[in-house]
Amino acid sequence: MENVNITINGMPLSVPKGSTILEAARLGNIDIPTLCYLKDINEIGACRMCVVEVKGARGLVASCVYPVAEGMEIRTNTPQIMEARRTNLELLLSNHERKCLSCVRSTNCELQKLCRDLKVDETRFSGEKTPSMIDDSAAHMIRDNSKCVLCRRCVAVCSKLQDVAVIGANERGFKTHIGCAFDEDLANVACISCGQCIVACPTGALQEKDQTKEVWDALADPDKKVIVQTAPSIRATLGESFGMPIGTNVEGKMVAALRRLGFDGVYDTDLAADLTIMEEANELVDRIKEGGTLPMITSCSPGWIKYCEHIFPDLIPNLSTCKSPQQMFGAIAKTWYAKKMGIDPKNLFVVSVMPCTAKKFEVGRDGQSAAGEGCPDVDVALTTREIARMIETAGLDFVNLPDEEFDAPLGASTGAAVIFGATGGVMEAALRTAVETITGEELDRLEFTEVRGTKGIKEASYNVGGLEVKVAVASGMKNAKELLTKVRNGEADYQFIEIMGCPGGCVNGGGQPIQPASVRNFVDLKSLRAKALYDQDANMPLRKSHDNPVLKEIYADFLGKPGSHVAHEVLHTSYVKRTRY
Amino acid sequence: MSQKKTVVPFSGTPQQEQQLQQIIQAHQGQGTSALMPVLQQAQDVYGYLPLEVQKMIAVGLDIPLEEIYGVVTFYSQFSLYPKGEYKISVCLGTACYVKGSGDVFDRLVQKLGIQGGECTPDGKFSLEACRCIGACGLAPVLTVNDEVYGRLVPEDVDSILEKYSAQ
Repeated sequence: MENVNITINGMPLSVPKGSTILEAARLGNIDIPTLCYLKDINEIGACRMCVVEVKGARGLVASCVYPVAEGMEIRTNTPQIMEARRTNLELLLSNHERKCLSCVRSTNCELQKLCRDLKVDETRFSGEKTPSMIDDSAAHMIRDNSKCVLCRRCVAVCSKLQDVAVIGANERGFKTHIGCAFDEDLANVACISCGQCIVACPTGALQEKDQTKEVWDALADPDKKVIVQTAPSIRATLGESFGMPIGTNVEGKMVAALRRLGFDGVYDTDLAADLTIMEEANELVDRIKEGGTLPMITSCSPGWIKYCEHIFPDLIPNLSTCKSPQQMFGAIAKTWYAKKMGIDPKNLFVVSVMPCTAKKFEVGRDGQSAAGEGCPDVDVALTTREIARMIETAGLDFVNLPDEEFDAPLGASTGAAVIFGATGGVMEAALRTAVETITGEELDRLEFTEVRGTKGIKEASYNVGGLEVKVAVASGMKNAKELLTKVRNGEADYQFIEIMGCPGGCVNGGGQPIQPASVRNFVDLKSLRAKALYDQDANMPLRKSHDNPVLKEIYADFLGKPGSHVAHEVLHTSYVKRTRY
Repeated sequence: MSQKKTVVPFSGTPQQEQQLQQIIQAHQGQGTSALMPVLQQAQDVYGYLPLEVQKMIAVGLDIPLEEIYGVVTFYSQFSLYPKGEYKISVCLGTACYVKGSGDVFDRLVQKLGIQGGECTPDGKFSLEACRCIGACGLAPVLTVNDEVYGRLVPEDVDSILEKYSAQ
């Protein structure tokens, strides 16, 4: 690539042509502060925090959108620049609810960090402030506009990444605020609960609905047996909440921490992921053989399910009827496990730790209580961030905890389940089982690398026992829309499609630890986190779902075989048509 | 959340809907740049842009409803509320303002239970602020449809409203 020569603060630097000043400075190890900028998603140059001096330019320029040119002389830290940034920050603060002490984003707030870096405490400007307008109508999140800085990062991810576009900037001037059309409650619009807006928010204006108190209360209740399940991707991300490098697998410490929080059983959603594969692979083989609706589309991601119900209701028959792993785990816990352990399912409290805010919505869906009405499969779905807060509150020294192992029996898993947390993982896991089921022969090579990686849409074709199986994988709803539009128009003939609500899959879910834009803009979170999962899979003794020993026991004892009547009652569900408006 | 909903029941006719669909049709394929002209023409047809109309435009142009609502609430030329049977305009121009038209306006807001730009649920009164109507000698003034009322004090509002309510 062609380079251009510039100087930044007097230091000569050669950077790729077409870079922005922000990117060029980063190459020279200078972090220019930003607030509204999210690479490729929100490049609007609105907040003016990233202003720098360019020799010959009129006034200060926004470095996030200003391209470098040959011979450009840039200054990033003159007193004039600092003063401009400080004034902009003070103006933002003048309309910010500065309740920082116990704010959920305190110490992880981009606005707070800017204040610290630029030494701004109070604002010189006092006046009317946006009244606190809290929208807590949705099951999964809360918006508090009094902490909003109008950076529009949430708006951009909602429309550009997710094609949902239910939030935007309403009105103008001082009255400008982020909300839904006609200021309708979030619960009443086609929000898919993915939570991508939350991980994009620089401040505490958006947060998941905190349910940690419900879990603390259950843990303290002597009549309840409280068990916990952790989704495949949590082990790849939880460490970030405790300052560990992105992509560190902390499975052992996570188990140790959960045990020390007082859970009576520390289990793995991976078991249910294996179970999902057993049921889903069976369903796929059935549909192919019996001429059922194809392509079959995965149903693990509740954000995707809600998107499908709102935007592609005509494709509901294509959705696998399998409950998601979270719900399958709860269903098995409150039926087979409760009976085996001699517990009344009503006294069994199932907590899940999920990378996802939509899981909070999923818990309350109809048809998700295998043990009977009033006894939900899962009682509380926490996000990775909430469990991290519980670990903090409990004073556990996470980083120095010993590595421990999941409890039996619901802690057994395979490598196929571990990779569920990354886009393409469910597809690969299903192929490992489906191919062996159809051909009756053991696979030489378990890796289906064509469906790996962070590309938005992946396609592959496999010869399975003489049958050509065409598959596709999409993550993020914008990509899903592109793929499904082809399916809807009859321009594609896939048999099996995996769709995950969030770009990159669960490792990049809306419930995951929040990385500031200064990290997100320059590091590929999706692939670093996914690598931790693929590494674990490669090193596991069992790597195919149908080899999971506990599943064999569950099928022998209880379910019979995949797709049986009992399996349908306990592990399958149905969907509803919803409207967009 | 503060909900902004048109409280006056929507009473669009099939003819109006047909006109709107023709407007949308005429702007197909222009992407988001079709939005402003379509909104302007839709407001010409309906007199305002309620939820029902914005939804038809959202579906017709394949532009998210929230984006449309954002544009409608950004520009003062667009209204979410119909004009009432009696359209009340209070002059907030300089002369009227210094003579206390702000208080007259506030009295109307309080009496009618609506904000400027809105319409009462029964469709009877709509309220808006206007700039100088050239009757500074009578300041402060307001107009109800074409009738002008001048040299007002806030209390006068009550009898003016009574007069039209009875009609």
